[in-house]
Amino acid sequence: MTDAAGPMLAADGTPLKRSLARALRRQKLRALLLIAPLLIFVLVTFVVPIANMLFRSVENQIVSETLPETIQSLDGWNAEAGGIPDEDVFTKLYIDLFIAEEQKLHTRLGTRLNYEQTGASSMFRKTGRAVGRFDTDTYTDGFVDANGDWEDPAAWASLMADAGARAALPLTARSWDRWKAVFDAEGKELKKRNLEDFLFTALYTDLNAGGDAAHAMVQSAKPVAEGLAQVSLIDAFKEADKKWGEPEIWQTLTLYSPNYTPGYFLNSVDLERTLDGPKVKPENEQIYITLFGRTLWMSLVITGCCIHLGYPVAWLLANLPASKANLLLILVLLPFWTSLLVRTSAWKVMLQQQGVINDVLVFLGLVDDASRLIMINNQFGTIVAMTHILLPFMILPMYSVMQTIPPSYLRAAKSLGATNWTAFWRVYFPQSVPGIGAGSILVFILAIGYYITPEIVGGTKGVFISNRIAYHISSSLNWGLAAALGTILLAVVLLLYWAYDKIVGIDNVKLG
Amino acid sequence: MPDASQDAAFVEFERVQKSYDGESLVVKDLNLSMPKGEFLTMLGPSGSGKTTCLMMLAGFETATHGDIRLGGISINNIPPHKRGIGMVFQNYALFPHMTVAENLAFPLEVRKMGKSERDAKVKRALDMVQMGAFGGRRPAQLSGGQQQRIALARALVFEPELVLMDEPLGALDKQLREHMQFEITNLAHSLGITTVYVTHDQTEALTMSDRVAVFDDGRIQQLAPPDKLYEEPENSFVAQFIGENNTLLGTVKEISQDKALVELDGGELIDAKPVNVSEVGQRTRVSIRPERVEMNKERLRDGAHTLKAEVLEFIYMGDIFRTRLRVAGNEEFVIKTRNAPDQVRLSPGQQIDIGWLAEDCRALDA
Repeated sequence: MTDAAGPMLAADGTPLKRSLARALRRQKLRALLLIAPLLIFVLVTFVVPIANMLFRSVENQIVSETLPETIQSLDGWNAEAGGIPDEDVFTKLYIDLFIAEEQKLHTRLGTRLNYEQTGASSMFRKTGRAVGRFDTDTYTDGFVDANGDWEDPAAWASLMADAGARAALPLTARSWDRWKAVFDAEGKELKKRNLEDFLFTALYTDLNAGGDAAHAMVQSAKPVAEGLAQVSLIDAFKEADKKWGEPEIWQTLTLYSPNYTPGYFLNSVDLERTLDGPKVKPENEQIYITLFGRTLWMSLVITGCCIHLGYPVAWLLANLPASKANLLLILVLLPFWTSLLVRTSAWKVMLQQQGVINDVLVFLGLVDDASRLIMINNQFGTIVAMTHILLPFMILPMYSVMQTIPPSYLRAAKSLGATNWTAFWRVYFPQSVPGIGAGSILVFILAIGYYITPEIVGGTKGVFISNRIAYHISSSLNWGLAAALGTILLAVVLLLYWAYDKIVGIDNVKLG
Repeated sequence: MPDASQDAAFVEFERVQKSYDGESLVVKDLNLSMPKGEFLTMLGPSGSGKTTCLMMLAGFETATHGDIRLGGISINNIPPHKRGIGMVFQNYALFPHMTVAENLAFPLEVRKMGKSERDAKVKRALDMVQMGAFGGRRPAQLSGGQQQRIALARALVFEPELVLMDEPLGALDKQLREHMQFEITNLAHSLGITTVYVTHDQTEALTMSDRVAVFDDGRIQQLAPPDKLYEEPENSFVAQFIGENNTLLGTVKEISQDKALVELDGGELIDAKPVNVSEVGQRTRVSIRPERVEMNKERLRDGAHTLKAEVLEFIYMGDIFRTRLRVAGNEEFVIKTRNAPDQVRLSPGQQIDIGWLAEDCRALDA
């Protein structure tokens, strides 16, 4: 209520709104403090890992961090022409690889690139071993012979502190800085023997590119550089691994040079990056679309099975007298008291070809001993075992919703002339739909991300996308791809949730 | 009012028994017969078997023994949906996922009635309960009284000959309840429907019914029109259950056709009408309505016995005065007097003499 005199005032003259806000602030603060432990826990264990995963699926800094010079000089190179880059790029690659090798980073880069191009891993490992033995020692010997200071780390350091020299020898300066940083990071001192050939290669390149400075060392080196014959690094690399002479690796490097890449996502949907844009992978390498499809389809089947098996049980639970219902509820919850692994393994015992069910069928003569049913290590096994495991998640929400439907509705329907079936279908069932909805969402979302059960009973035909994610997390260590697959799975779930909201309405979901 | 020409029994219970656990009977030997068009109320405390009787009639419970007949045909083995009995439930049981109109159309739909006919009937039923404008609403958007009307309309829309109501007004506030009592009886009588109404509220039973069946302990204690039930209770349960009653314990001293002399336990003598006492020396509980107790000796017959009373409490209730007395050792003896201009207002501690007409004081079973 505001009148012409202005806003409502509290007894002490402050505006009522502010006074109220102040009074509520303490309450809000207390509420926040109460939930703070959980909030922090959720942030640390849920939000942060998910954000991290989402980030990993596009992150690709390893290439530009490991090979900064190479990537920079590849910038202007035309990969589509199909050739290999010039000597300059190879020089940069030599410098980058040498530094990476010292830090043992080149193998990691090799592993990363191996996801995109088979063989990249061994290429980098082999080349890493070879870079130390390249013929670039002629540069080193030449410069050192001309001026002994080139052999002295302190002299290098003072040269590199000279602004004029740095400007004249940019590649050398950058290489020196990185090299020094490697030793500084390890707390070691850069010794005479650490003045490696690649530094002199950088020097040679800079001087021959016209770098000139007044510094005595530079002056002494300049005529040497002009006199020294260039060592072909292209040949050296080709000798280390002949694939360096092929355009393929260079195209891959160009494609994956940016800090962020859609490559993992493309891989997740059976596409690969090429210079002409995304392309479908060869048929024998396609796997993920099939897996996603199978995961969705089987989750739907499992949800359907759970609805059909769970509905009558939930009905019974909700309509039996309390004492009997409690006993039944305990039976429903009983599986929760057994380890998931044990339950799944039990299905293995039941379903395998020499298992209980087959034995009984053979004993009864229903199945010939020679043609025992294959019920495990396929989709059937996964569906049976997962339906069993997820059934309680369907029954409980259904039960709690059905409990709220008074029996008088059914009686009213019957008294109005409806048969048992009509009364159920027109009156009871529509009211139980929110329970089915809640149970279905719960079961479907649990099923779509299920891992252990398909892993144990799924064989090759019954595994889910989550098994592939687990494989990439723990075996192939392709975390980026695992993250992309997980992100797609998350997106699919959110999309389905959205669709469910549009079609059924999320208000129509009740857990009791 | 029940139609005399159709006096033949329409609803009949014959020796009906019901047990849930096989050990005790909830309904013991129930016999009841109702003519067409009658409004009968089953009244009784909770657990007296009245709702069970209703449920047996509706078909939701089966009688353990005996026969229930509707229009002369035994309905023991007819499922509820074929009985064609309209029913109003305690909490209305309006289907929450359907609109009001859909709720009303439901019984017509399951009877495979055409849409135009259905719509016409729904509209008529809604108009009948003055809810014509609410067809498109959901039950949850209606007030309790409105839901009550819809439940009533739904039970009547398929034109059943018998309507059962299970404490339909229990959830309403007092004023609305009184209003609905009036509406329900009017409707039932104007449509000529036979109604069985279950309640534990005696005022409701007395104001609405043609006849009231008072239930206790699985039996009908008395089946009579309201005035008879109130004024001439046949046993002390009915006397105490219906309305307020003062009771005094004593022994029959003299007895004749229409008069008994009862000696109260304190030695005082009073006159009473013998109802279910028959011989001298029998223990009896005499019962007298608070409004039939007389303080003015002039209004009593000559030679009538009077009792000494001490006023304990005087309560002003507006239309009446309620005075609590100590009479013959009973401290809960109540009298009610009309708030008339010449009425005396008693004060605590006052000593008075009270008496009554012998026919107002009923000597019942002890």
